[in-house]
Formats: sequence, structure tokens, C-alpha cells
Amino acid sequence: MTMLSFRGDQIDCQELVELITDYLENALPRKQSRRLAKHLAGCANCTEYLDQMRTTIASTGQLRADDLTVEMLAEVTSIFRRWQGEAD
Amino acid sequence: MELVWRYHGSLLRLARTYVNSHEVAEEVAQDTWLGVLRGLDGFAERSTFRTWLLSILLNCARSTGVREHRSIAIGAPGPAVEASRFDSSGNWLSPPQHWVEDSDDRLFAETLSAPLRTALEELPVYQRQVVLLRDIEGLSGHEACELLDISEANQRVLLHRGRSHLRQAIEAQLAGA
Repeated sequence: MTMLSFRGDQIDCQELVELITDYLENALPRKQSRRLAKHLAGCANCTEYLDQMRTTIASTGQLRADDLTVEMLAEVTSIFRRWQGEAD
Repeated sequence: MELVWRYHGSLLRLARTYVNSHEVAEEVAQDTWLGVLRGLDGFAERSTFRTWLLSILLNCARSTGVREHRSIAIGAPGPAVEASRFDSSGNWLSPPQHWVEDSDDRLFAETLSAPLRTALEELPVYQRQVVLLRDIEGLSGHEACELLDISEANQRVLLHRGRSHLRQAIEAQLAGA
């Protein structure tokens, strides 16, 4: 904590939302990552934003439970059968 | 057959990023399974099965995709959050609202699955591929780079834009609900 806190040393909210992925990916330089963490610690709005990104990622992951139709599966099953037939 | 249950959806989704129609994607996915069966002996444990499978799909899809002449949307690199939501010193004017998650997570996910699917479809193809591989298939950044043959930095930019768009879609959905 120094009194000489230059504007350029800090990350504002608008910058944070553009750095958030690199932050989550651990791809920020250490210094910048610390600045970002510091900002988060003092900013409820950006903390909310980070939460939203996490929820977005988790919800996207849920799409994995997919909509395979019975027809599709039948189609692929028949490929396996044919292949097994060839192998015999 | 359990493999098929587990992976066929993944194959279809990724194939759809290369080809325009569901039917063609289905063909590509089937070609992939044939490739898998032919190449199973060649599968050394260099990579995970999922990565190997997806790399076969990409090969099949690319050759088909060229014939399909799919246009590659570059997509304007808009900001993650609209500039009008910040004041001149970069502070939130219109901050993100807390997303009230339903106590039932599954219900929450169900509410969001339609808008998320739509938002995924709207993404430029490279962003969609990266989001698919990372957030749906659960691959590492490194694996996604190898499969798509892009740099780590490029992968992160694509992931960032893609995820930001999906977040906006959820926000819009919950605001309208």
C-alpha cells in the first residue's frame, strides 16, 4: 500500500471484463494478476461479473447432456454391425 | 456402443461448425466412427481417446467442409460488455445484477439451455469451436490449440469472445424473464 498509487497501475472495471478470461486461465503476468485480484477484492460489481462468467461456463458445460435421437443411434449402430461383419 | 453414446453428440456438435446441414454433419460423424474403427490399432496412448477421436472428426469435417464451402464469419470483435455500461473512468454505471439461481440447478440449466444453444450458433465458427472444445468437451487449452492448430494466445482471445457472448445471452434471458 503506497500513497503513490498511479492510475496506470490500477485496473478499472471496464478493463477487468476484458482480462477476466486470461485471469481464469492463469495466463496473466503475475503483476497484472495481482492487480486484478486486488480490484476484485474491493469491487462487488466485478466480483458479481466474475461469478456470472463462472456460471456461464458451468451452464455451457451442461449442454453436454445432449439430444441424440434414436434414429442417429440406430444409424451408428448399423455402422458398427457392418464393420463387425467385415471383420468376421 | 457405450462409446457412441458418450461421444456421438460431441462429434455432431463439432462437425456442425464445419458443415451447414445437420445431415452432412451426421455423415461426417459416421465417417469418423469408420475412421476410428480402422485406426483403433494405431491409437497409441499419445493422447486421450477424446482428443484422438475429435482429431479424426476434424480431418473428416475439413475435407467435407471444403466441399460445402462454408463461409467463415470473422465476427466483429465487440467488447465483452458494452461501453455504455461504464462511466468515463471505466467504472460500472450499469453493473451486473445477481443471477438468482434457482435452488434446483437443473431447472436453472434447463432455462438457459435454449438461449445458450442459440448464442452458440450465433458465434463465429472459430469461437464456437473453441467454446465447444473447452467448455462442453472439457478439453484443456493446450489440447484445443493442438486440435485447431492455433496459438495459445489466439485460443484465449477466441474463448474470451465466445464466453463473453454467452454471458450476455444469459443476462438478456434472465432480464427478460
